[in-house]
Amino acid sequence: MKKYLYFVFFMATLLYIIFTSTDDEQDNIILQATTSTDNSGFFSYILPLFEQDTSIRVDVVAVGTGQAIKNAKNGDGDLLLVHEKELEEQFVADGYGSKRFDLMFNDFILIGPVDDPANVGDADNIYKAFEKIYEKRARFLSRGDNSGTHIKELKIWNEVEVYNPSIDQEWYFESGSGMGATLNMSVQDSAYTLCDRSTWISFKNKSNHTILLADRINLINNYGIVLLNEEKYPKLNHNGAKKLAEWLLSKKGQKAIEGFKVNNQQMFFTQ
Amino acid sequence: MQSFTEAFNLAATLLLEGNKELLEIVFLSLKISTLSTVIGCIIGFPLGAIIVIYRFPGRRFTILMINTLMGLPPVVVGLVVYLLLSNAGPMGTFKLLYTQIAMIIAQTILITPIVAALSRQVVESLYEEYEELFTSLLITKASAIFALLWDARYSLLTIGLAGFGRAISEVGAVMIVGGNIAHVTRVMTTAIASETAKGDLALALALGMILISITFLVNGCAMLLRGSKYFSNK
Repeated sequence: MKKYLYFVFFMATLLYIIFTSTDDEQDNIILQATTSTDNSGFFSYILPLFEQDTSIRVDVVAVGTGQAIKNAKNGDGDLLLVHEKELEEQFVADGYGSKRFDLMFNDFILIGPVDDPANVGDADNIYKAFEKIYEKRARFLSRGDNSGTHIKELKIWNEVEVYNPSIDQEWYFESGSGMGATLNMSVQDSAYTLCDRSTWISFKNKSNHTILLADRINLINNYGIVLLNEEKYPKLNHNGAKKLAEWLLSKKGQKAIEGFKVNNQQMFFTQ
Repeated sequence: MQSFTEAFNLAATLLLEGNKELLEIVFLSLKISTLSTVIGCIIGFPLGAIIVIYRFPGRRFTILMINTLMGLPPVVVGLVVYLLLSNAGPMGTFKLLYTQIAMIIAQTILITPIVAALSRQVVESLYEEYEELFTSLLITKASAIFALLWDARYSLLTIGLAGFGRAISEVGAVMIVGGNIAHVTRVMTTAIASETAKGDLALALALGMILISITFLVNGCAMLLRGSKYFSNK
C-alpha cells in the first residue's frame, strides 16, 4: 500500500511541475519575426523599452520570412514582422492579415572574399555585379530557404536574365539555412552572398569577407509589420499585437528604432 | 586552436561569474529533459516488459516498430508535434505551441521508443532466467513485470541516462515546437544554434562545453546512485 502512495505522490508532483511550467496569467504576445532582426540583437534592445511602457511581454519566434508567414497563416503568431513587401501584401489580400505598415528599412549588401575574384567591387549596380559573378562562374551561396533575402536574390537573378541559377550547380549553391548559418558557410567557402546589412554588421565570424557592393537604389530592404485578421483568428491576442504595432510606429518607437546601433553603426532607418 | 582556448576561457568566465541568463538556460534544459526522461521511463519501462511477457498478435511487428522509432529524427518529431499543436492543428485549442509543455511532449516522443526498446532487451534476457520460477510460483503477469523491472533496475538506470542524453542534446525538435524564445523556451542546444547563427562561434562552443560538463555531472550522480545499496548489482 505504501508503495502505491509513493507512486501517487510522485505522479502528482510531476503533473504539478509540468502544469506550472506555463504562465498564462501574464499578458503576452507571440511575434513571428525574421532572423535578420533577431540576430542583430534588435529585439533585446527594443522590447524592454516597450515592456516598460505597457507591461506586455513579447515572445519572439525568429524564423525566415517564408516560414514566419506560414506560421502566421496557421494562427501561431499574434503579429508578423518580416521583409518581403509583396508577400506581406498578398498575405493581407488573401484575408490572413488585416493591415500592413511600413516599419523601417535598411539595405541588402553583396559580401564576398576581400580579393574579389569576380571583381564585383567595380560594378555600377547589383545587376552588373551578378552578371560578373555569372560570367566568372564565381562561387555564389544562396539562402535557398524562401526567406526575404532569398526572394530578393532570385528577383535580381531574374532581372539579370543571363541565367537561371537553379539549373547549373557548378558554382551556385544553396545552403537552405538562415542568414547566419549561410554566412558561416560563405566565409569558409570564399563565396559571394547577398546579405541584409544588420545581420552582417553584427556577425562575428567575418573572417576575410567584406562588403563588396552596396546599392542603395536597387537593394532597399523594407521591413513591414502585419496585423492579423481578427475575424479569421478570433483567439489571438489582437489587443496586445495592436499595442506593439502602435508603439513601434509611434514617434517614440520610431525614434527608438533609429537609436539602435551595433559597432557604432545605425542598423535600421525610418521614413 | 585559438577559438578553442577562447571558448574554454569564455566558458570558465560565464560559469564563475554565475551569468544569470546562462543559469536560466541551463536550468530550463535540465528541467525539460529530466521531465521528458521521467515520463519516457514511466511509459517505456512497463511497455518494454509487457512486450516480453505478453504474447499477442502483432508482437513482433510492435518490436520492429519500436526499434525503428529509436532512430526518429528530432526534426521530424518537431514537425509532427508542431502540426498537432499549431492553432490550425487538431490540438490547437490547448494553446501549447511555443511552450515548455510542447518541448516536453516532443522530447518524450523522442525518448520513449529508445527506453522501451532497450528495456525490452534487458528484461527479455532476465525473463529467460526467471520464466520457470514464475510459472512454478504461479505468479500473475502484473507482478512478474514488477519483479522483472525491479531486478533490472541497475540496467534500467543506464537506459534512463541514455534517454536523458538524447533529450538534452537534441535541438531539432525543441527549436520548432519551442521557438527558441528568450527567457521562455530557450535551452542550451537552441542557444548554441542561435549563437552559431550570429557568428559568435566562441560563445557557442563555450555553451557546448558547459552542456557536456552538465551531462558529465548527471552521469556522475547516477554512478554514485548505482554505488548505493539500492542500486548495487551485487
